Amino acid sequence: MPQKLVVIGNGMAPGRVLETLIETAPDAYDITIFNAEARVNYNRIMLSPVLSGEQSFEEIVIHGDGWYIEHGITLYKGHKVVEIDREAKTVTSEPGETVSYDKLLIATGSNPFIIPLPGHDLPGVLTYRDLDDVNAMLLAAKSGGRAVVIGGGLLGLEAAAGLQAQGMDVTVLHLMPTLMERQLDPSAGYLLAKELAGRGIDIRCEANTKEIVGKDRVEAVRLEDGTEIPASLVVMAVGIRPNAGLAKQAGLETGRGILVDAQMRTSDPDVYSVGECVEFEGNCYGLVAPLYEQARICGLALAGEEGHAFVHTETSTKLKVTGINLFSAGDFAEGENREEIVFRDAAQGVYKRLVLEDDRIVGAVLYGDVADGAWFFQQIKAADPVGSEARRTLIFGQSFAGGPALDPLAAVAALPDDAEICGCNGVSKGQILQSIDKKGQTSLDGVRACTKASSSCGTCTGLVESLLALRLGDAFSAGGKQTVCACTDFGHDDVRRLILSQGLKSIPAVMQELEWKTSCGCAKCRPALNYYLLASWPGEYVDDNQSRFINERVHANIQKDGTYSVVPRAWGGMTTAAELRAIADVVDKFNIPAVKYTGGQRIDMLGVPKEDLPAVWADLNAAGMVSGHAYGKSLRTVKTCVGSEWCRFGTQDSTGLGIKLERMMWGAWTPHKVKLAVSGCPRNCAEATCKDIGVVCVDSGYEIHFAGAAGMEVLKTEILCKVASEAEALETCSALLQLYREQGWYLERIYKWAARAGHDRIRAQIVEDAENRAALHQRFLYSQSFSQTDPWEERASRSVDAHEFHVLQPAE
Amino acid sequence: MDGSGSLDRWYDICALEDIPVRGSRRVGHAGGTIGVFRTAGQKVFAADNKCPHRGGPLSEGIVHDSAVTCPLHGWVFDLETGAARGADEGCLKTYPVEVREDGRIWIRLPAC
Repeated sequence: MPQKLVVIGNGMAPGRVLETLIETAPDAYDITIFNAEARVNYNRIMLSPVLSGEQSFEEIVIHGDGWYIEHGITLYKGHKVVEIDREAKTVTSEPGETVSYDKLLIATGSNPFIIPLPGHDLPGVLTYRDLDDVNAMLLAAKSGGRAVVIGGGLLGLEAAAGLQAQGMDVTVLHLMPTLMERQLDPSAGYLLAKELAGRGIDIRCEANTKEIVGKDRVEAVRLEDGTEIPASLVVMAVGIRPNAGLAKQAGLETGRGILVDAQMRTSDPDVYSVGECVEFEGNCYGLVAPLYEQARICGLALAGEEGHAFVHTETSTKLKVTGINLFSAGDFAEGENREEIVFRDAAQGVYKRLVLEDDRIVGAVLYGDVADGAWFFQQIKAADPVGSEARRTLIFGQSFAGGPALDPLAAVAALPDDAEICGCNGVSKGQILQSIDKKGQTSLDGVRACTKASSSCGTCTGLVESLLALRLGDAFSAGGKQTVCACTDFGHDDVRRLILSQGLKSIPAVMQELEWKTSCGCAKCRPALNYYLLASWPGEYVDDNQSRFINERVHANIQKDGTYSVVPRAWGGMTTAAELRAIADVVDKFNIPAVKYTGGQRIDMLGVPKEDLPAVWADLNAAGMVSGHAYGKSLRTVKTCVGSEWCRFGTQDSTGLGIKLERMMWGAWTPHKVKLAVSGCPRNCAEATCKDIGVVCVDSGYEIHFAGAAGMEVLKTEILCKVASEAEALETCSALLQLYREQGWYLERIYKWAARAGHDRIRAQIVEDAENRAALHQRFLYSQSFSQTDPWEERASRSVDAHEFHVLQPAE
Repeated sequence: MDGSGSLDRWYDICALEDIPVRGSRRVGHAGGTIGVFRTAGQKVFAADNKCPHRGGPLSEGIVHDSAVTCPLHGWVFDLETGAARGADEGCLKTYPVEVREDGRIWIRLPAC
């Protein structure tokens, strides 16, 4: 008969306790979790990338709903526990659920510290702690304006960078003379402030906030010296306090936090506690590595393995702001008997400082170049004497100490097996190698699943990949990560993310900053980069014609003999007598050898020599026709049936909706071609259920379908959602196309993207999140405001790219 | 380099800026169209505008480093030597080209 385990709190620490427990003693307990937040367990340290828009919430979920079901765990979401009765051994939640326990785990985490300034309770004053805070910040950022972040520590700076990435003007107020003074020394703090200021964040140190001003909501922040900074949003990120209230109320021993022993037991032997709410030997913890260690020990103790003990250890810090590299570990305060070794390179913005005591490294601060962070951290923990010979080159790190090579593979090869690779999860080099050698892992994902390395903050991903490469050689790079092409080690997602986060706005900038291995790319990466830049910076990026495939460069389809085919747009597949006459005249005038109806309800004129294209287009333009983009990674056709206008079965005006969709979407560049169809009833004469996006009209509205295929693969679409009005159908289709434009890999059709991204995740972003849907729609319309110029007209009447259409003649 | 028969002559075809950087132009010639390519490093090359694989017009391909990728089936040719790169086998006929001091491009072709 299993015992009953009740868990209060569903953060990362208790999540890890349960993982350890289930792995060690799967059937020991019936488990019930009370979570005050109305959601599953997610990776809280990755909230900053969610705020900056680099990741979505779905990407940071640790345990999805399925995990709880699979392990038979009862999860009460949105249930805050209000009482623990240790006599009766029960807990009671605010909504009134009472559950009894044999063992209780308290993991109530911490509360953000709120400075009780006048005005701290005004609407528009937020903390930075959970997803609700992030959502509130994202909402506030939508209306733009200025944000003031109070607190220049780790959380405050991540919040500031995220808000700025969301388009707000940001001021950081910090009470101390330099930023992150607990993790950085003044020199590194200065470099950090300079970097952030260079990105347009207003940094004010020694700024003492006096009050938050506003009538009905935040309007400004006033400083002690009288300065007033206007603000529509104030984020307080000045620190956290262990949330020990509930435990104290239940009569458990508490100090700053809930007091625990080395097995994570509280003063009541049946009650355990882990996480930020805990105090152990006078220390409270806020970084993930020691919390995961607590969780592991607690999980083992609950499973009956009592022999393990938590010990206080050094922790290291990294800042999760893309493009900023800093690292600190250990104790780097100045002091008697302490020496320091400093290295600076102003041009590169590099600063390194090691602090030594009794010939041992006790602290390290690195800024700009953090490659040796793991190695220094290892040296600090090992506490081996440095020796006078090694000291001279110590600051240059492991590659210098360990031999001549600066190659990253040689560097990881030189690490001892017990060197810690993943600080968050306490995974050593030896454990990772074992997962490769003994458990046959061959990919980053495999090692992640097996060891948890690189699954939290992700900054050790490069090291893990180096270890894979070290063990597997070429087999890793070939079978592992899919890179854009041989010119780079980055994959499509990395390139897309870095273009945005580093503000890269040209192909040369991408190649320089991402260290392309070729001078100007190849026929694979150049079109991909051109598309990613175009999609990332609408209205800003100047299209690079020379990086486009010939069809998109000359706006026609090259044929096997070097001639071209010309397909004018037929909006929703409709045409007129005048258009047909004009097409017939063009065919006669230019002796076009073949004319064909396409599969997408349009007319294709085949066999046009390149030189004739501008004149052909001029005649088609004169009859009101424009490019059909039949040649592009772009919107192709919107096929329709005649719908309620003519058909006796038609339920809605499918032709009209098709035309509206095509008018809205034409000219949009996409990762691959996009074909749509709208059918007027479920008989589906327009064959909408094998298209990239399809609409099937029904009596009560519109079924929106997506991710079909009818090419090399044949796939029926999935239903995205059903909507009642035409306006909603238009908005949903536009949001879907924009999401694909933002997430798809170049040359990946919608069905492939959907399989990779997950149909449900796409639904969550478009259907369930109305705000996100509206925002995607707006971004699409904004991008379209730059792309709806007929390329044929530009070339036929305005001599754009005239060189393409003229053959040079040799002269003596 | 090929195309150095005794009947060859130098012809003025265009100015350097008439060819886009990392782009190309076609030159009409009695012996068949010739592609002229300008690289990112401002070098100019000329070669038969016909892929030995299926006759694709190489002037319509994407130019990268000193190579061009055929628009029809993606064969890549080194413009310095005319040889196909990678696993594909084939060679283009190349022609001597000069960018003279006044910025004009001259090409040496068999007399028309």
